[in-house]
Amino acid sequence: MTAENQARNTPDGGSWAAVLAAAIGCAAIGVLTDLSEASKSISSALSFSKQVGDLSGKTSLGIFCWLIAWAFLHFRWRRRDLVAPARVAALSIVLIFVSLIAVFPPFFKLFSSD
Amino acid sequence: MPGGAIYIEEQAQMSLTFKESLTALHGLILGAGFLLAFTGGFAGLWGFRSEWLTNDGARAALRRMMLTTWTMAVLAWATVFIGTYALYPWYRAKPPDHITGLQLQGYPRSVLLANAGTAGWHKFGMEWKEHIAWLAPILATAVAVVVARQRHQLLRNTRLRRALLFLFSVSFFCAAVAAFFGAFINKTAPLR
Repeated sequence: MTAENQARNTPDGGSWAAVLAAAIGCAAIGVLTDLSEASKSISSALSFSKQVGDLSGKTSLGIFCWLIAWAFLHFRWRRRDLVAPARVAALSIVLIFVSLIAVFPPFFKLFSSD
Repeated sequence: MPGGAIYIEEQAQMSLTFKESLTALHGLILGAGFLLAFTGGFAGLWGFRSEWLTNDGARAALRRMMLTTWTMAVLAWATVFIGTYALYPWYRAKPPDHITGLQLQGYPRSVLLANAGTAGWHKFGMEWKEHIAWLAPILATAVAVVVARQRHQLLRNTRLRRALLFLFSVSFFCAAVAAFFGAFINKTAPLR
């Protein structure tokens, strides 16, 4: 079987699930960073490790969101080609930009509770 | 040799503390390895097109891409875990109340914040670095998994390949920001 024939036989849903889930995971870390900055109680609740502080909770929960989203999307899309992959690509790009802005200090300091 | 005397120079010493060794592993070996691997992975993904490659060429390119992307993913995870759970607690450790001035040197965060001229390295640099670095392994893993699972699909699926190139580039940007600030923060207030 040639490389091109193999390409025609593989549905792309599983790939787009991985792309969108990664974007969701990044956005989750961004949102948790802003929430933690906005509220001392959220910050202390996210301090899973005393030595690391709230960074431990923000990243652990972000990874949890990523894996859950990935599992969910993968089982929904794995056997088919997506009808509108452009929408998934656009949503992924938006979520990744949201995450980049959300973890930028001058932005998250806007929510600072200090 | 005057008077036949033999002069032996004292051997120069090169030593690193445990914290310095771990910092070097984190930044110079794992982090730098990630950044170096990016070039190969990006070039592989960029050129993975059915109109540019023969079947044999596509297979060889795919093997190289899988190696590069998985290497990047593993290096990125190792870098952020060592950075967050081994080095960061030492960086942010609070010094006892009576310690001031030069005695603060074992506490990099306090050293930076004690001086208005260096406080920005923590308030902007470290706070950006510690968060943005975690985006890199997530994005790099997604790229590695898609390359490994879908393989030759990428030859014809231009949109998916472009999406992976975007994820790959953002992953590199995140790691580069973290590496830049890591290097300069460690220069300003070394972890010893």
